[in-house]
Amino acid sequence: MPLDVSTIKADFPILQRKVRHDNPLIYLDSGATSQKPIQVIDAVSNFYKNHNSAVHRGAHLIAEEATDAYEGAREKVAKFIDGDPDEVIFTKSATESLNALAYSIGNAAKGSPFYLDENSEILVSELEHHANLIPWQELAKRTGAKLTWFEIDEDVRLDYSNIDQLINKKTKIIAITHQSNVSGAITDLPAIVERAKVVGALTILDACQSAPHMDISVKKLGIDFYAFSGHKAVGPTGIGILWGRTELLDQLPPFLYGGSMVTSVTMTGATFAKSPRKFEAGVPNMAGAVGLGVALDYLSDIGMENIHNHEIALTQYSLEKLAQVEGLTVIGPKNVEMRGAVLSFTVDGIHPHDLGQALDENGIAVRTGHHCAWPLMKKMKLVATTRASLYLYNDFTDVDHLITGIESAKKFFLKSGR
Amino acid sequence: MNLESLYQDLILDHYKNPLNKKLAENPGISVHHVNPSCGDEVTLHLTGDRSELKSVTWDGVGCSISQASTSVMSDLVQGKSPAQAESILNSFMEMMQSKGGSQGDLELLGDGVAFSGVSKFPARIKCALLGWMALKDAMVQLDLI
Repeated sequence: MPLDVSTIKADFPILQRKVRHDNPLIYLDSGATSQKPIQVIDAVSNFYKNHNSAVHRGAHLIAEEATDAYEGAREKVAKFIDGDPDEVIFTKSATESLNALAYSIGNAAKGSPFYLDENSEILVSELEHHANLIPWQELAKRTGAKLTWFEIDEDVRLDYSNIDQLINKKTKIIAITHQSNVSGAITDLPAIVERAKVVGALTILDACQSAPHMDISVKKLGIDFYAFSGHKAVGPTGIGILWGRTELLDQLPPFLYGGSMVTSVTMTGATFAKSPRKFEAGVPNMAGAVGLGVALDYLSDIGMENIHNHEIALTQYSLEKLAQVEGLTVIGPKNVEMRGAVLSFTVDGIHPHDLGQALDENGIAVRTGHHCAWPLMKKMKLVATTRASLYLYNDFTDVDHLITGIESAKKFFLKSGR
Repeated sequence: MNLESLYQDLILDHYKNPLNKKLAENPGISVHHVNPSCGDEVTLHLTGDRSELKSVTWDGVGCSISQASTSVMSDLVQGKSPAQAESILNSFMEMMQSKGGSQGDLELLGDGVAFSGVSKFPARIKCALLGWMALKDAMVQLDLI
């Protein structure tokens, strides 16, 4: 079913505001963070107004209400990704999810399925965002494991040609992006998961750029761990998700220790609760979790498949329009096969930062720079790109504005005599 | 504020035809500065003593603001004493921190006043300062200031 974008836009207060020179805001930076519908803003506000209390503690009504709201949000997340509620761990961000997982794995004792040593390999890829690269680099350093990686092909997709060598008997962990935040390429997960199962490697998915944009079932994907951030999925900032399979979470040591994650404590030691409590020490971000629950309901009500199809249509249109701009090169797949609505590009003679500035003068918000994927940029011999990333509240007119903005920036920066 | 006042012709001229953008060999010091938020880079070679900055050359990749600013800087401080260079640098930094309030000291900054508009854009101040911070670092490392 096609999206009614004008109705959706009306739900997002920030999209009603004017920016530079009284231009309406054309927001094309959802890959960095998405905007929030009024339903989410109200839910967060309502939690603080009416139900704020520390969850899982307190002998009073509002503590019960807060706990119900928080655990209700966990159920919504579980439903959204087709996992079980006890497998859903609230964190502050996807970055924290991946770091916590890396630290927990690093805490595993010899004999644990998570134990790593100099005979182990951790596999990542050149497409990784720093958040799914550096935690594994550091874990490799701490354990003596070897870091290996998929390279990219000319379409800025993963090169699977040496997959059987890369995923071998030594490979213990495969931490991979589901969709590149630079090229938009979607990873061929079945190929990786199938091979991972053959060698017994764990698969960890960075789903920051995919979870908000497509219908995902962690069960069907067959992966072991899954991380995404709430703020990219029309939810609040400061709330992220780590999902893991129950049998693995049972064996995984905790990383953060403290209140609410124990079953008993003496002066000399403690025993730990089961997941998710084991991994949620301290009073959590309750309002954030509640906001995220409402955000995922908002997306589900519209339909993840509808959102995905809308984004494919927008991407198709964008790729066609961008191809017509002289001097513009799209960094990433040139078609919509296994590709999301992230459009990175360069324009001859205009540095991305200057292009971004010129677009901003017209109210068009894009991202410029290395997109926290510095090794990838270096591999492509680029300092930076301009990135337009689209979401459910964008329409074809927004893309037209982008193209007009690029053309007018070209006129300004490349006019004769300059 | 519009694009024309931010990107004055002088900035775009320096971007297209940068001055001293060829690294001299055997410099007194070589420094490499990166803007980690955008990836812009400048390598600066400085040769000089307490009386004179004899050679300021550079190479880099980045936006028009960072590259033009480095070009202007290299031209301004070439042949100046370290103390003069430091006062030019301080004057430029003061203009950058003025949030659009300062037009810059024309006598000290010359072409550098073209960057006064940049100070209204917080995200771009680091671009304009990239080469200048490299110069400061180089002078400190050579124990000139």
